[in-house]
Amino acid sequence: MTKQEALFEYLLRIGDNSLIIGHRMGEWCGHGPILEQDIALINIALDHIGQARNWLQLACTVEGKGRTEDDLAYLRDAYDFRNVLLCEQPNGHWGDTLVRGFLFDTFNYEFTKAMTQSSNSDMADIAQKSLKEISYHKNYSCDWMIRLGDGTEESHEKMQHALENLWKYSGELFRMDEVDEMMIQEGIGVDLNEIKKEWDKTVNETLEEATLKRPEDGWMQKGGKKGVHTEYLGYILAEMQFLPRAYPDAKW
Amino acid sequence: MAVYPATDITEIKKILEHVVDPEIPVLTIADLGILRKVEWEGEQLLVTITPTYSGCPAMKMIEEEIYSKLKQEGYENVVVKSVLSPAWTTDWLSPEGRNKLEEYGIAPPLHASADKKILLGTNKHVRCPRCKSENTEMKSQFGSTACKALYVCRDCKEPFDYFKCL
Repeated sequence: MTKQEALFEYLLRIGDNSLIIGHRMGEWCGHGPILEQDIALINIALDHIGQARNWLQLACTVEGKGRTEDDLAYLRDAYDFRNVLLCEQPNGHWGDTLVRGFLFDTFNYEFTKAMTQSSNSDMADIAQKSLKEISYHKNYSCDWMIRLGDGTEESHEKMQHALENLWKYSGELFRMDEVDEMMIQEGIGVDLNEIKKEWDKTVNETLEEATLKRPEDGWMQKGGKKGVHTEYLGYILAEMQFLPRAYPDAKW
Repeated sequence: MAVYPATDITEIKKILEHVVDPEIPVLTIADLGILRKVEWEGEQLLVTITPTYSGCPAMKMIEEEIYSKLKQEGYENVVVKSVLSPAWTTDWLSPEGRNKLEEYGIAPPLHASADKKILLGTNKHVRCPRCKSENTEMKSQFGSTACKALYVCRDCKEPFDYFKCL
């Protein structure tokens, strides 16, 4: 793998995480439990999509084949997507969505913060821009974990259950392979072992305040970063890509 | 050599004062700090802008407005460039912009964005743009657009938008 190929892969991983979780959150539009929270999720979704656009645009530049970010979003099939499995998990109930957001946002915050130090100035710039937005996402997620974890008996139980269901997808966030190693060597990428410590700290502190029990690390699902996805991604793409595939010349 | 009505940057900036944020139409792009630079590159006029939020849907429209306003005034050879760095901050809102916001019914951002307290939403001194009371409460960190939070005034009971710090 050349350095250029590795960088393209790396950018897809970051961009696809944002794109897919952004799309998932967008599915809440018009379905939120109350208006304020409906709006909040859509705001966060918009941030993710905006960030995805920046990362994928850069990926296209690195690739140098004249593709655009829209081509990447709308014209790739599931096995070409590089997002972690966590991001494509279904919305479930409100608590499921929040726990998924919590696991991802706390990771995304540490990752993006570290990325601001990247030797690749384009990536550092996107990270700097995104970090401010992601701080809001992280605070939002942590607040809700505490509110519902330390809420009623029912809300506590639902949050604990959601946490146990989704925990097996948290391991992939920190899994590294040859792409990560090349990027770290170049001073471009983030050492995921390093940010894991900060992530653990935030997660433990928040769960404690939320009176939730951190699940034991058991079997961890993986594959998304390599293009091996759960069945859910296909359904996401079917909806997300329908219009540009059915009407390739459609203009807004 | 192309003939322009004026090559003076100050004159051109005056034209761009008519370009406003489509979601907060009292603010010009200069008030918001979105307009970063206007400069000549040979015969080409280069206008540099920066988005408030990564996903701000107004950017495309703002870009088109810049082209169209300049074209109306006879500037044909224009390029609008969007940059991410340095990242936009609410500190770039002009003093006039802040006043206009409050008159429009949106509470302006409080202090320097570096203030962690505000980012965490724990600062309680957002002033109601209607009755000027500081006895206000945050309802949601996310409001009607990406750049706003939702507040309610405990004194006059009116809900209002707060342009949150970034």
